[in-house]
Amino acid sequence: MKKLLSSAILIAATSSLYIAPAQAEVESKDPIKLTLHDWTGQLITTNIMAEVLKEAGYNIELVQADYIAQFAGLKTGDLHVAMEMWETTGRDAMDEATATGNVENVGETGMQAIEDWWYPLYMKEKCPGLPDWQALNDCAEEFATTETAPNGRYLGGPVTWGGFDDERVEALEMDFEVVHAGTDAALFAELESAYQRKAPIVLWVYSPHWAPSKYEGEFVEFPPYSKECYNDPAAGSNTSALYDCGKPRGPIWKVAWSGVKDKWPGAHKLIDGFTIDNDEMGAMVAAVDLENETVEDVVAAWMKDNEARWSTWGE
Amino acid sequence: MSTVNAAINNSTPPASFARGYSYRLCWLLIALATFYLSSNAKAIAKSLDMRWLVKYPSAWKLPIKDHISAFMQWLVEVAHFGFFSFTDLTRGISWLIEQPYNLALSLFSTGLLSGVGSDAIQLLPPLSWIAVVLAVIALGHYAKDWWLAALCGSAFVYLAVFGQWNSAMVTLASIAIAVPMGVALGLLLGIAIFRHAWVDRVMSPVLDLMQTIPVFAYLVPILFMFGFGPVSALIATIIYAMPPMVRMTALALRGVNDEVRDLGVMVGCTDRQLLWRVLIPVARPGLMVGVNQVIMLSLNMVIIASMIGAGGLGYDVLTSLRKLDIGGGIEAGIAIVVLAVALDRLSQAIVDRQGSERRSSAITVDQHFLRRYPRLVMVLVVAVLLSLLGVVSPFFQAYPESAQITTGQFWQDKVSFININYFDDLEVFKDAVLIWFLLPIKRFLLGIPWPWGLVLITLIAAHFGGWRLAFLTFLLSGFIVVNGLWLKAMTTVYLCGASVIIASLIGIPLGIWAALNKTAGRIIGVFIDTLQTLPSFVYLIPVVMLFRVGDFTAMIAVVLYALAPAVRYAAHGIRSIDPQLIEAGTVSGCTPRQLLTRIRLPLAYPEILMGINQTIMLALSMLVITALVGTRDLGQEVYIALTKADVGRGIVAGLSVAFIAIIADRIIVAGARRARQRYAPSTLNQ
Repeated sequence: MKKLLSSAILIAATSSLYIAPAQAEVESKDPIKLTLHDWTGQLITTNIMAEVLKEAGYNIELVQADYIAQFAGLKTGDLHVAMEMWETTGRDAMDEATATGNVENVGETGMQAIEDWWYPLYMKEKCPGLPDWQALNDCAEEFATTETAPNGRYLGGPVTWGGFDDERVEALEMDFEVVHAGTDAALFAELESAYQRKAPIVLWVYSPHWAPSKYEGEFVEFPPYSKECYNDPAAGSNTSALYDCGKPRGPIWKVAWSGVKDKWPGAHKLIDGFTIDNDEMGAMVAAVDLENETVEDVVAAWMKDNEARWSTWGE
Repeated sequence: MSTVNAAINNSTPPASFARGYSYRLCWLLIALATFYLSSNAKAIAKSLDMRWLVKYPSAWKLPIKDHISAFMQWLVEVAHFGFFSFTDLTRGISWLIEQPYNLALSLFSTGLLSGVGSDAIQLLPPLSWIAVVLAVIALGHYAKDWWLAALCGSAFVYLAVFGQWNSAMVTLASIAIAVPMGVALGLLLGIAIFRHAWVDRVMSPVLDLMQTIPVFAYLVPILFMFGFGPVSALIATIIYAMPPMVRMTALALRGVNDEVRDLGVMVGCTDRQLLWRVLIPVARPGLMVGVNQVIMLSLNMVIIASMIGAGGLGYDVLTSLRKLDIGGGIEAGIAIVVLAVALDRLSQAIVDRQGSERRSSAITVDQHFLRRYPRLVMVLVVAVLLSLLGVVSPFFQAYPESAQITTGQFWQDKVSFININYFDDLEVFKDAVLIWFLLPIKRFLLGIPWPWGLVLITLIAAHFGGWRLAFLTFLLSGFIVVNGLWLKAMTTVYLCGASVIIASLIGIPLGIWAALNKTAGRIIGVFIDTLQTLPSFVYLIPVVMLFRVGDFTAMIAVVLYALAPAVRYAAHGIRSIDPQLIEAGTVSGCTPRQLLTRIRLPLAYPEILMGINQTIMLALSMLVITALVGTRDLGQEVYIALTKADVGRGIVAGLSVAFIAIIADRIIVAGARRARQRYAPSTLNQ
């Protein structure tokens, strides 16, 4: 065994000698660790970034990590880059991490997060006047279940996503009861179930995600979001309450360990330059989740079609 | 719990209270008062203008969680032992664990690599799938017979055919490290508990905490200490999976017949010989229950471990369910079950075999290596051969993708068929259970004002276990109150209590049946193993589709998961009854029914109780999963703390869960002791 190991090391040493000069010069050959989470869009963004970095000659390692728990690793430098931190769900954790000085916000990915009340299109027959929120409220009873009757049932996101839906119902005096799903899998399981039966449902849906492309439906139109609406009770239709409007639409951020800038300046530039938009992403997510293509194939196709774009990211 | 056993051995009578008419009347009054308060507390509090009665004021909360967070930060960033810092120590440990893990991983999955990241070059390929299947078959035949070989072989072929091979090998690599470490550590700790009373006293609460604090609560601290990646996942797995091994070791060693021990002493065994040559071999069946639990619980952690970087099958389950690919989730989930069943049967068979081998100890040492290990040689030769062939044709290296099959669509269609045709019927059933069973319990428990709740639980503890237990109970529930978690704790009690009742009602009869009927036993055994290892996430999503998000769904998940110990311990208890006693019963003319109620059940009582205890523990450890379907209990609190990476909040909520478990455990044990002394003094000396 020992002999095998030492010969392995020997081979390793020689082979890396032969290979090293063949690749482009980069600052450090230590692997840059990018984190993978459990939704497809993030896998695609991360894989695109990884491919671009590889093209530039960097050594890449993809590591699976929890969306929020990863900050523990980003702070210590165990992990290096996280490609999707949503304004709407990750802001608090990100602010807390950047405040320590060990984590850096590398800017927007170019994608905008939309998160709002959403209903399947067949509900329009039962509730004329949709997507207006008042029309929704007028047929709240359609959405009632035994537990919530006579109020309608709105399926909100996990408590941890925030979103102020309980406050919104209160402020707009809507006849709805907010029920929180614990995870987005549970959220979309209910949607799938209702959609199969063409049963009434209104719930939290977000984009970019495969759901808006798989199911036909629309976001409810609330009074448009403004900063004042969230900060000043006087603003909006209800003069004594906050949150009497829709939700903000926010960017999706890129986050990195602060040491990346010094250790791999070139890579940092590439990460900084990364941009992609909602439509591109939506199409790629649908290709993977609905047409069962692999993430690798979809990413490879994108890389081929957009070479002119990503080759300028480092400038 | 080990305390069950302590309770059996403990012959001191419980604190004596004045019994009799007035005493019982007193309890009746307390019960009535509780009902009255529970339904009217809000109105009373309003009329007295004392809102703090129903809602613990936030100004009275103690900042315990902030102190814990600060301490954690100090530990990771400042703590120093002179030569090295605390972080150096934990990172050293994680390096030590990483070495064997990397070896296992390269053997099964990645191949021997040189270099790191995407620059790494594969020097040697991983074991070919054919070689692994062959090795498992050979191992099965070596351990027992062709049946086991066929079982294990087909299990691994399933992995290849259903396209789960790569992920399964990653999972196998982590199991191959976590299980031996968990078993070894658990065995050593169990022996220490058996030998030294003080270790027992120290470890008993620690074990309770390890088993009852939800994994999510200590995930963040572990990540801080041991770094990001598979090692942290391994450590979390070991912490979670080890306690049953410790408990079963201590229990099994204590259960060894005194005569056996005396014989060992008489023939002149040293302490060490007595332990390893006499006690442990005799206690093997009990130890194997522990090993079985370690394997099952390790595989149970696969999903959570994959959230912090373990990859493998758990990750597949998570991703397919996020796509609502129910079929994909089920296939990956069943792959976990299949792996669990194969590993469990193999490990049991190997230990049995070693036992019988030792008895026929005529091993001829001078035999030729090839003669002595024909299977090992064959497998090695085939593995090398296949690796060489793999260079020529990829079929020998990896199972071809084109030959993989999937049943994904089948499951998808099944679920949607049920959904479309039976949703309304199911809804009626669900509403009935909610209205007649769940909601009354919930309303009652949540209605009790916290000061009265504190008094009540302390009184109950005093009634069953005397003033010491009352004092402990008061302290533990006081901790929950001062952290402002009373209402969430009551929601937890409600959800777990309801689930444990249902799980026991289903589980104990199943266990008894399994013990009395061999065929039924085998089928129920497979069923239970499946339930315990199939990640609850797999069935949670279809259940959500059929029953919507809510308490009912959470209850189903908890019952399914917590059923296993109720069945297993009941069966174990019935099986381990001395057959002579049954014979004596038969001879003296007992009907089968009498055999069951007069002999079997009383004698199996300690095990059944231990089963209920474990059911409570598992139900509580399942809380995090219920949080995933949106309950508002302590599990949700832990989950929120995890998503916010808030160490203090998570640990305080986790401790509260653990304290509920400990209170429940102690009261049940004390109550059982009383009941036994009152009703069946003759069966005490088991």
